[in-house]
Amino acid sequence: MSGREITYLEAIREALRQEMQRDERVFLIGEDIGVYGGAFGVTLGLMQEFGEDRVIDSPISELGIAGAITGAALTGMRPVGEIMFMDFITLASEQLVNQAAKIRFMFGGKATVPLVMRAPMGSGTGAAEQHSQSLENWFVHVPGIKVVAPSTPAEAKGLLIESIRDDNPVLFLEGKLLYKTKGEVPEEPYTIPLGKADIKRDGRDLTIITYSIMVKRALEAADQLAQEGIDVEVIDLRTLKPLDKETIIASVKKTGKVLILHEAAKTGGFGGELAGVISESEAFDYLDAPIVRLAGRDMPIPYNRTLEYHTVPQVENIVETARKLARREV
Amino acid sequence: MSTNVEPYEPLSEKRRKELTKSLSKEVLMDSLQKMWKTRAFEEKAEELYMLGKIHGTMHLSIGMEASAVGSILPLRQEDLIISTHRGHGHCIAKGADLKLMMAEFLGKECGYCRGRGGSMHIADVDGGNLGANGVVAGGIPMAVGVGLGLKLQKTDKVIICFFGDGAANEGAFHEALNMAAIYDLPVVFVCENNQYGMSGSFKKMFRIPRISDRASGYGIPGITVDGNDLLAVYDAVNVAIDRARNERIPTLVENVTYRWRGHSKSDANRYRTKEEIEEWKTKDPITRFANWLVEAKVITSDEAEQIRKSAYAEIDAAAEFAEGCAEPALETIEEGVYA
Repeated sequence: MSGREITYLEAIREALRQEMQRDERVFLIGEDIGVYGGAFGVTLGLMQEFGEDRVIDSPISELGIAGAITGAALTGMRPVGEIMFMDFITLASEQLVNQAAKIRFMFGGKATVPLVMRAPMGSGTGAAEQHSQSLENWFVHVPGIKVVAPSTPAEAKGLLIESIRDDNPVLFLEGKLLYKTKGEVPEEPYTIPLGKADIKRDGRDLTIITYSIMVKRALEAADQLAQEGIDVEVIDLRTLKPLDKETIIASVKKTGKVLILHEAAKTGGFGGELAGVISESEAFDYLDAPIVRLAGRDMPIPYNRTLEYHTVPQVENIVETARKLARREV
Repeated sequence: MSTNVEPYEPLSEKRRKELTKSLSKEVLMDSLQKMWKTRAFEEKAEELYMLGKIHGTMHLSIGMEASAVGSILPLRQEDLIISTHRGHGHCIAKGADLKLMMAEFLGKECGYCRGRGGSMHIADVDGGNLGANGVVAGGIPMAVGVGLGLKLQKTDKVIICFFGDGAANEGAFHEALNMAAIYDLPVVFVCENNQYGMSGSFKKMFRIPRISDRASGYGIPGITVDGNDLLAVYDAVNVAIDRARNERIPTLVENVTYRWRGHSKSDANRYRTKEEIEEWKTKDPITRFANWLVEAKVITSDEAEQIRKSAYAEIDAAAEFAEGCAEPALETIEEGVYA
């Protein structure tokens, strides 16, 4: 390790820059990603470095962006699209769901669609109902798409490079509140395989399975619980699809207690899928308590600061829920 | 006239003669043959459907053959097309192997898409057909992406993006045409205005006299032609392709035509009259073109008849081949979901 620390946002930018330097088929397209640098500043400076042909400012046309990367991928390019807020992926989903995800299978395996669509997700910025959603599970449900959601700068870089090199459509979800978090990131390009979870903290009493921003909160909660003598294992899924079932099952067999944690609304969220995977696996017989899900409330994200805070799981909620689970009080 | 599309300039006799002269006898005969192959293919597909050998549904383009064949005629082999749910003619005009195409209709492993796509999703990627589409206007945003890819790769290839009148009322049409225009992409948008969505007519669903009028909203040229006149279609699309290839200016070409059959197999034709359908049958694009070739002494009427017969014979052979192909093996069911 170089010891160099950069932010999650800078790590994503570095991955884009290094892949664009390495492979001329890689280009970027999205709203205000050029001179402006993107709504969050992820692509700042890249247009100056690579020119307007490779860092393309799009009209406010999300469906158009999704079509542009799908069609360009069909010609052998490796496009990376940006949706300004994940909420707006609703406007792009026809091309992603009906076209990009289906083309390879529908054409008998005779076409390849190597695209990445980046989108920031999550609440906590006061942007309210239409700029704060976590809609990852909609896309997990679509065969043909991969879904990636890193939690640290180093993983954001390695997973994004891998996603760009992957021959499938990849939805790359960035944690909005993670953009400014710092971590050690190697300077040279590297990849992290999709479909491989990371155990962020070893523990023996219970397993928290989570991803993106909630990894950070789970680790903080685990530190607090350690002081009470509760030893928590934290699994960072890193990719929701493909899912690393092996790591999940092994951990549950070890701890016997599972807390599934995500920001997205609970009903119909990815937690249900995780609970299902555990229930139908050999880990079922090792469970000492019901599987518990802690997730966003089933409601839109409100504007008011206090209400917003209490809509999605916070560290204290995780501590409380995990404590009850560890004590078998659920 | 049963159409509410504002009258457009018919091809002048002088221009018709010039165009005929500019094309070789071989090319003209091939165009007639491709139209007959499309007609024969769709009639055979309909027959196999009635026999229960093809399931699902299909969208026939009988009566619209000049639009497909005339549009694709000016393309080079390496150029691309993106098609629609009513895309059999596009597929054949682009040079698809009829045997593999018919095998796809029958859901066979040797079909173009290994039996996974069927009529509505047929693609011949190696032949430059990037696929039919089950979503109205689904291909239009992708065509822009293909155009972007071709531009970034600095090739001089172009793509024709086919869609129908109904698709011109999708939001995708708006986003895509604007993007093709502002990025200077080598895309030719060919709107096959057959005057009906499923049942919604051009008359009810538009307040403009021509769909090509929308081109001006994107700052690109637009033209409406008689889509049942192969040479008129060829003339307009040829100009558009040159413009796309050499100047990187997209064009919106509107081919006014008519589908004789229903929208799909469930259509009882409640939204139009028998008289209207019969009237349009008198404008059969294949008969018109064949008669012209005979009149212009490019071919004899015997040759015209020979072309028709050989097209039907080829389709019979394709169907026979397809019926002999194997079904996909069940153990391959999940292949191709991911690369």
